Amino acid sequence: MQFSNSAELAKAIRLKSLEMVYNAKASHIGGALSMADILAVMYFDILNINPSDPLQPTRDRFLLSKGHACTGLYAALGLKGFFPVDDLNTYAQDGSIFLSHTSHYIPGVEISAGSLGHALSVSTGLALAAKRKKKEWKTYCLISDGELNEGSNWEAILFSPQHQLDNLILIIDYNKIQSFGKVENVIQLEPLKDKLVAFNWDVFEVDGHSHEELRNVFANCNNSTIKKPKAVIAHTTKGKGVSFMENKLLWHYKSPDKDQFEQAKSEILSIC
Amino acid sequence: MRTAFIHQLIEEAKTNDKIFLLVGDLGFSVVEPFAEQFPERFLNVGIAEQNMVGIAAGLAMEGYCVYVYSIGNFPTLRCIEQIRYDVCYHNLNVKIVAVGGGYAYAALGPSHHATEEVGMLRTIPNIVICTPGDPAEAKAITTFSARYSGPCYIRIGKAGEPTVHTKQTFLEPGDILPVIESTADIAVFSSGAMLKYSFDFISENNVNSSLYSFPFVKPLRKAQLISLFKKYKRVITIEEHQLNGGFGSVILEELNNFSETEEIIKTVKVRRIGIPNKFFSIAGSQEYLRKAASIELKKEFFTQENRN
Ligand SMILES: Cc1ncc(C[n+]2csc(CCOP(=O)(O)OP(=O)(O)O)c2C)c(N)n1
Ligand SMILES: [Mg+2]
Repeated sequence: MQFSNSAELAKAIRLKSLEMVYNAKASHIGGALSMADILAVMYFDILNINPSDPLQPTRDRFLLSKGHACTGLYAALGLKGFFPVDDLNTYAQDGSIFLSHTSHYIPGVEISAGSLGHALSVSTGLALAAKRKKKEWKTYCLISDGELNEGSNWEAILFSPQHQLDNLILIIDYNKIQSFGKVENVIQLEPLKDKLVAFNWDVFEVDGHSHEELRNVFANCNNSTIKKPKAVIAHTTKGKGVSFMENKLLWHYKSPDKDQFEQAKSEILSIC
Repeated sequence: MRTAFIHQLIEEAKTNDKIFLLVGDLGFSVVEPFAEQFPERFLNVGIAEQNMVGIAAGLAMEGYCVYVYSIGNFPTLRCIEQIRYDVCYHNLNVKIVAVGGGYAYAALGPSHHATEEVGMLRTIPNIVICTPGDPAEAKAITTFSARYSGPCYIRIGKAGEPTVHTKQTFLEPGDILPVIESTADIAVFSSGAMLKYSFDFISENNVNSSLYSFPFVKPLRKAQLISLFKKYKRVITIEEHQLNGGFGSVILEELNNFSETEEIIKTVKVRRIGIPNKFFSIAGSQEYLRKAASIELKKEFFTQENRN
């Protein structure tokens, strides 16, 4: 499918995710919508990838750690042509490879996730391998805010600057909600930027729904000569793009009924 | 089973002010009634299972009876060393509760298939392994665990499973529950949530077989098990777990021990049904995944006469 800009891709990702969740009566639409703009910019403007050769050795690696938001990634990959978009109609059905958490059996998916707090350590290993093998490709890892409760992430955050992994870009989908409460009420992350700076990362903060800010920040990450891993704190809204889903914990679980689906669809279509 | 568990835990907490519930950022629309009634004995510790089990150990050292609640592999494999060393080695009063045992969350993929944890946990000393088969057993196990002092693992399914037992059950560690008693020389030993399936299979197909539910994998009541081995020539074990090291393995080990000590001198054939040491990376319903993993009973298992 051809898109003329990342905004069109973002809209299509949102619609497709919504459709998959609706048809399968599945959960986790909120977290798919919060990262839709990040995915659109990554897959439209940033990543060096080839849909017809998903395992090309020189490709950039993009690892989605919050595997529950798989519909967003599947949509992005299908729309980019990694597989026929219609394959997504089988999402979560008997026998389908499209599991309700990311699966590495799907072309373009670098890692199976779903247990939170795994992919950043793996990304760190990839970045280390690129360094040792003197390769130019970058490793991008998108994690959730809730996931920063996991100690494993902080182990990777300690490790990466030690080995000057400036080819590693961590993106945090900071939508302020986790599974059973607001981030600030469960495990407060603030001051998040100061924490990452203190851990010796090169840290950027952006509006995770502004494509321009996202494009600029990734360009800055890639042009930077500072020998530190990069962290992009992307401030987002869980459920972004559908008014009645925005900032609502319920939409971590709930699947839209027919009326809600129609309304959500028309709201997404009206985003310009 | 999930509902039976939380209801019974609330009942126990009303009369036992030591009961404390920790959740790993889970339990939406399940644990709220507990949190509302006992706010001082409830905490969402966040998505941090290793820390959660460590916290539970500390609370237990100070006299609390701590329940730790999360999905499948997260309160088990993710923090298995904290379970082994902090909880079990110190023999602390911590109950690990996993919802979504086996393929209860089938479509969510291997991250959510809890299909190895019984085998891993049962090798650890001091821990009691509980695998209730229906809401009645889940209730009885909750009561047992609240009154028992020491580490327990409780594997529960999801919400909405039908109840198989018609009588109120109370459980002592190791109890084996007769569900169908027939005159045939064959019996199905069902572990955990396979109970309803096994019950329906035997009833709907008019199969002449007994059925026993095993709400525990460890310990097992020795005298009761010996009497079952004496009674039957053939046993079929069924579990929603890897065959390696799971419930069927336990039965084989026990049988072997009994023949070594000559408490059993006849031959009992055991057919084990479980997962053939494979990951299943396909979506589908729980029934679909069970079938794909060959967790199913077949009529011929029962008609085949002993070839002796
Ligand atoms: C190790 C682990 N523990 C618990 C869970 C259950 N779980 C699924 S999503 C989620 C949290 C959702 O919030 P967040 O991580 O912030 O994701 P987002 O808001 O981006 O959807 C939890 C606790 C899990 N998948 N993995
Ligand atoms: Mg979040």
